[in-house]
Amino acid sequence: MDFEFSEEQKMLQKVIREFGEKEVAPGAAERDEKDYFDRDLFHRIVALGLTGICFPEEYGGAGWDTLTYIMAVEELSKYDNGLGVTLSASVSLCAWPIFAFGTEEQKQKYLRPLAEGKTLGAFGLTEPNAGTDAASQTTVAVRDGDHYIINGSKIFITNAGEADTYVIFAMTDKSKGVKGITGFIIEKGMPGFTFGKREIKMGIHSSQTQELVFQNLVVPEANRLGDEGKGFKIAMMTLDGGRIGVAAQALGIAGAALDEAVKYSKERVQFGRAISKFQALGFMMADMSTALEASRLLTYRAASDKDHGRPYSTSAAMAKMFASDAAMKITTDAVQIFGGYGYIRDYPVERLMRDAKITQIYEGTNQVQRMVVSGALLR
Amino acid sequence: MAIKFTDACVGCGACEPKCPFGAIEIKDGKAQNTAACTACGACVDICPVGAIERIEEKRTITINKDDYKGVWVYMEIADGKPRNVGFELLGQGRSLADTLKQELAAVIIGDGVSKFAKDAFAYGADKVYLVEGAEYKNYNTDGYTKACVELIENYKPSVMLIGATNDGRDMGPRISCRLHTGLTADCTGLAIDKETGFVAWTRPTFGGNIMATILCPDQRPQMGTVRPNVFKKPVPDYSRTGEIVKEASPVKPDDIRTKLVNIIEACIGSCNLEEADIIVSGGRGLGKPENLKLVENLAEAMGGMIGASRAIVDAGWIDALHQVGQTGKTVAPKIYVACGISGAIQHLAGMSSSDVIIAVNKDPEAPIFKIADYGVVGDVNEVLPLMTEEFKKIRAAK
Amino acid sequence: MDIIVCIKQVPDTTEVKIDPKTNTLIRQGVPSIVNPFDKNAVEAALRLKEQHGGKVTVLSMGPPQANDALKECLAMGADEAILISDRAFGGADTLATSYTLAAAIRKLGHYDIIICGKQAIDGDTAQVGPEIAEHLGIVQLTYIAKIEVNGKTVRVNREHETAYEVIEAKLPVLISAVKSLNVPRYPTVKGILRAVRAKIGVYTAKDLDVEPDCLGLKGSATQVREIFTPPQRTQGILIRKDSAGGAVEELMQKLTDAKIV
Repeated sequence: MDFEFSEEQKMLQKVIREFGEKEVAPGAAERDEKDYFDRDLFHRIVALGLTGICFPEEYGGAGWDTLTYIMAVEELSKYDNGLGVTLSASVSLCAWPIFAFGTEEQKQKYLRPLAEGKTLGAFGLTEPNAGTDAASQTTVAVRDGDHYIINGSKIFITNAGEADTYVIFAMTDKSKGVKGITGFIIEKGMPGFTFGKREIKMGIHSSQTQELVFQNLVVPEANRLGDEGKGFKIAMMTLDGGRIGVAAQALGIAGAALDEAVKYSKERVQFGRAISKFQALGFMMADMSTALEASRLLTYRAASDKDHGRPYSTSAAMAKMFASDAAMKITTDAVQIFGGYGYIRDYPVERLMRDAKITQIYEGTNQVQRMVVSGALLR
Repeated sequence: MAIKFTDACVGCGACEPKCPFGAIEIKDGKAQNTAACTACGACVDICPVGAIERIEEKRTITINKDDYKGVWVYMEIADGKPRNVGFELLGQGRSLADTLKQELAAVIIGDGVSKFAKDAFAYGADKVYLVEGAEYKNYNTDGYTKACVELIENYKPSVMLIGATNDGRDMGPRISCRLHTGLTADCTGLAIDKETGFVAWTRPTFGGNIMATILCPDQRPQMGTVRPNVFKKPVPDYSRTGEIVKEASPVKPDDIRTKLVNIIEACIGSCNLEEADIIVSGGRGLGKPENLKLVENLAEAMGGMIGASRAIVDAGWIDALHQVGQTGKTVAPKIYVACGISGAIQHLAGMSSSDVIIAVNKDPEAPIFKIADYGVVGDVNEVLPLMTEEFKKIRAAK
Repeated sequence: MDIIVCIKQVPDTTEVKIDPKTNTLIRQGVPSIVNPFDKNAVEAALRLKEQHGGKVTVLSMGPPQANDALKECLAMGADEAILISDRAFGGADTLATSYTLAAAIRKLGHYDIIICGKQAIDGDTAQVGPEIAEHLGIVQLTYIAKIEVNGKTVRVNREHETAYEVIEAKLPVLISAVKSLNVPRYPTVKGILRAVRAKIGVYTAKDLDVEPDCLGLKGSATQVREIFTPPQRTQGILIRKDSAGGAVEELMQKLTDAKIV
């Protein structure tokens, strides 16, 4: 088993790092402070081809793999996790289910521009009263001839408002519970599809989060994703993959925090020597580094499972919960190492700490991940 | 010259990190040099067992060096007058010529430029080689190169100094290559090597991190381009005279393959920063493009020119001709004022040989303060207007 | 249009540090990069190809590691890359380097434009470009900030100290690129996959029509006599006052005392 990246992967890593340092990092604090999504910057990022890494060439992709894509999300998240989230939501949660469950027409119409980075994608499952409990959703789709009429709303939707293509879920048969859920592909600008409240978040300010509102939204049957009643399965499989993306974001955030802590501890002098020379801090950073590396191995393992056609639900859940818990701890410790300077916005570690928190929550809280892991273990 | 590692090498690796060109590797327990080796000799004295030798390699292409005598200075004419760098080089050329006990000549090429011969004499030349004609009205590579090569072939100087201006650095390599001789670029130090009697050309390299002294042992003339503003202009003595050698122009109209069709002005004031005595430079710390006016005002009050950091050039606040630094211009004024410039190493590479550096920046940790003679911690937008007032008072008092 | 770009792999000299104890260069950990001006040259070539069609070939003389630099150019979109590498080329000054590159260009055959960066950030000579043009006997256009090709004519903006000269010439020409010419693109995912799988051609001394005496150290007219570290500038006086007025007052006093004003 070789833990080295290939020459191609190393080259891509180098390119993203150069791009990140020169183009992404300089504006990260400003985007955080002013709380906005920089669409121009995102277009320049996708021009590198990151949205197409894990899709076949016939759909506008590069025909590479999930592991490479995950590495790209990790690297981008180092410089600005909000943009890592934007990428991850578009690729893992919108483009992927269309690739895995869509018809050929849907793939050509929606997946190709997503993979080519021409359009941005989003995913709508969560509702005010249906987070983890997807069966409680109240958005309904009623069949009317060769189309569906959808009513309801979705909240906390990453990329909402900015995205062009949305994979959403609605009840086509309430009586069947989760088996009555169906997936749809909808487009920004369809009559009856509007955006509601824009959320003010703790972190990931450079990504947009908003509410989707459906009022008599008419969706052609050709836009149904998979068969009626298969929506829950599609959503859950999509989230399994998305979780690897969240783990990658956590790796990026934690990696940035560790780099900052190491650099600062070598420069900051107290009692006549660099604070890195104090063993208390040295050991702290040793733990941070080890936790990061363990997270990385779990995450790459999950991506590799997916690439090799092995079941990845459990490994993805493990990676997501472990890496995000580690990121929370690592960023908190980085703030600690910075002392008072860590708590103010002149330095990036407090932003990293705020950004880390969401990775423990979205795409299934870490408690849900533990349900997934224990469920598989104790089956 | 070549570097040889003898059998005495124990493979200790002491030399490996010391090579400025990264050209030493340890293989099978022995040190060896790679193709990157320039035989500079930096490793020779480091070896604890004396296993590194610098050996002379017999050259097969040789010329009769004794045929070449005299030191020449190319006097560049720009905008109808000689550039300062020509006079600076006449001062340096004079001392090289005196050391070698040879004559100093100026080369003047242009259209209606014979009037500048008296300046060449005043600044120390014994002789002036003059090539005139309408084809030299504007600098062009083909015409100027041909004229210089013809002069050199006819009169065989031993040394030729050229100002390291854009035109000088365009023409210099073209000439040296045609004559198959060596050219040392962008020199900041000139001397005669005591041992060999050759010119020892010293120049910064590796982004200014190291200095290299270069010789041209076997080819003639020994040529170099020399950075403007590094050497002082001598005090002119207009009582001096000398011989003017008028050379017929060897250039036919067809020889010139380029056509100057237009000149586009893009500078605020002048941007001949390379020859400026005072430069006031602005950076990102100004906050917004309108505040560049504060830099302009201070430059005007101090009688200086406007420089810029890469950041504000990239942001489109000012034309690239004003940019100081690794990817812009290298300058060495008497006073350099850095306003709201943090001092990235790329910027420092372009201005760290200024005589006096004054920096204004609100961040006391800004790297610019590490090299500034006078640092003011404060908001440039508050400090600059006050400095401008002070310099206006000084000017008014004069 | 056939375009040849000459590039160099250089140590990132902005990452080089001086060991304060021994006053020598610390090279360890300094990354190798494509010379920044050469990336402007590659970008210019790619844009010309996009406008006029044709082929972009990238050339580099250097050790085998320079392959990485060539691959980066391929990943940006160049069509072909050739490494000119031989122990015999080692230690070359600009004269021997340009001689070798010119021989490689002759071997490649037809070209319309050769583009180089204005200078390499390690040597900073800006001589190799003009010397290649001289070896090939073609027009050189140095310090170029804008390129327009119309049929067989090229029109450029040339950086002068105080203005831009607009110059016209007939192809073929050699152009040296300044930073303001363009903003180089980043390699793309697809470009990287193509570049890593691409085969990079190698020219050795045997492959070129060259005189052995004109190559490498032997063919160099200049010789390094000595390398030394320049004296480092040290921090001067730092003025920190509560008001800008107080600070400026102290600055002017200090400048007056030192007879600077």
